[in-house]
Amino acid sequence: MRDRVWIFIGLAVFVAAFTAPFWHVHAKTSARQPDLVLPANQKECVAPASTMRDAHMQMLLNWREDVVRRGDRRYVAFDGKVYEKSLTHTCLGCHSKAAFCDRCHEYSGVSGPYCWNCHSDPQATVTRSRP
Amino acid sequence: MNEIYALLVVLAIAAAGLAGGQMSFGRIALAEVIPYAAAILFLAGFCWRIMRWAWAPVPFHIPVTCGQQKSFRWIRAAKIDNPSTQWGVLARMAAEILLFRSLFRNSRAQIGGGWLILSESGALWLSALAFHWALLLILLRHLRLFLEPVPAFVNALERLDSFFQLGAPPLYLSDVVVIAALGYLLIRRFRDPAVRFISLFTDYFGLFLLLAISVTGVLMRYFTRIDVLNVKELALGLAAMRPQAPQGLGPIFFAHLLLVCALASYLPFSKLMHMGGIFLSPTRNLANNSRSRRHINPWNHPVKTHTYPEWEKEFREKLQSAGIPVEIAEGAGDAGNARTN
Repeated sequence: MRDRVWIFIGLAVFVAAFTAPFWHVHAKTSARQPDLVLPANQKECVAPASTMRDAHMQMLLNWREDVVRRGDRRYVAFDGKVYEKSLTHTCLGCHSKAAFCDRCHEYSGVSGPYCWNCHSDPQATVTRSRP
Repeated sequence: MNEIYALLVVLAIAAAGLAGGQMSFGRIALAEVIPYAAAILFLAGFCWRIMRWAWAPVPFHIPVTCGQQKSFRWIRAAKIDNPSTQWGVLARMAAEILLFRSLFRNSRAQIGGGWLILSESGALWLSALAFHWALLLILLRHLRLFLEPVPAFVNALERLDSFFQLGAPPLYLSDVVVIAALGYLLIRRFRDPAVRFISLFTDYFGLFLLLAISVTGVLMRYFTRIDVLNVKELALGLAAMRPQAPQGLGPIFFAHLLLVCALASYLPFSKLMHMGGIFLSPTRNLANNSRSRRHINPWNHPVKTHTYPEWEKEFREKLQSAGIPVEIAEGAGDAGNARTN
């Protein structure tokens, strides 16, 4: 008899935890995908946008291995254009880390890309070096 | 045959998801209707089962114990394996739920040289524990799709899970562990003829369903690729009660989603309900204090009794005059009563 109180408390906690996303305040306001700042100077990326959305991380990993292990910096894109395999020059030459990479990564909870252990954000470096 | 039926049902669910994902009507049903139906079935079924158990009478303390009971002060009691207090019960339940204490006692019986040999067998315990913890980690990691902004603890779990930074996207250790552990649990049922003999449809169905969910998830993350932004938009839409099936989600996503819905709606009505039931096992969650405290069955009907002291008091003079010895000393009153009781 007395134990029923504990059973109901436990059940209430479980139901509250399971339905947490429904009560989460921000779910109703920001269901939309993040606004991305697209590059102003370029129309085409190194691969079609759908490929880049799904598989950019694999491309970056392949580029890293080509450059670091084989010294191969030439990337021939799907439309025949030639790019330099470089995160800092090619990717960040057009895209902004804060307004492009980070927005999606924070939105989808991909918090741990270790790009920035070695690479720096050119825009952040420029603004910081100016006194 | 049980395993074949179970596999066929799981494959049929996956195929329905794959086929539905190709049609616009199917996509709407799979992404906007079935998840709500599954969530309602899960919650209502779960509460119903717990309520039924809450009203099941447990008149006596019936713990199954595995150690020395609390006794004299100079005999060391097993405070957790044979708890006599609520704190001991709490520790015992924590060990049971978090570490599967009783499964750790699993042993293997063999005949060797005409002797019955019982040996320790930790593989079932280890794989069961690994599977459950990996599943919890996977469930918590999926919160990144349902919550915006993503809580810090979910990001921390994600970093911990991809600790070795293998490949891109980084390999989750929980994905490896969950498939390896489920694989072992399945092979165990096939390999041992005795276990295979007692395995029912539901034993295989749960395993195949969880395996299919893991495999479709792994396929999406590492092989066929998926746009996580679209998935999160759908998940947040579901949470906000404004579901909208976005374009560009492959059929394998719908198979994954339908399998998860099947698991959620199947769980309360199957052996998988041990998720809630483990908290309500009277053989584990009661203190072994039947000797130090009297537990009276709460629905005992009041029985009219006539105890020996009462009887002796009634016939005392007749007994004495007939020369029959009486138990209660002259003028002892309550002291004699207490002794004979």
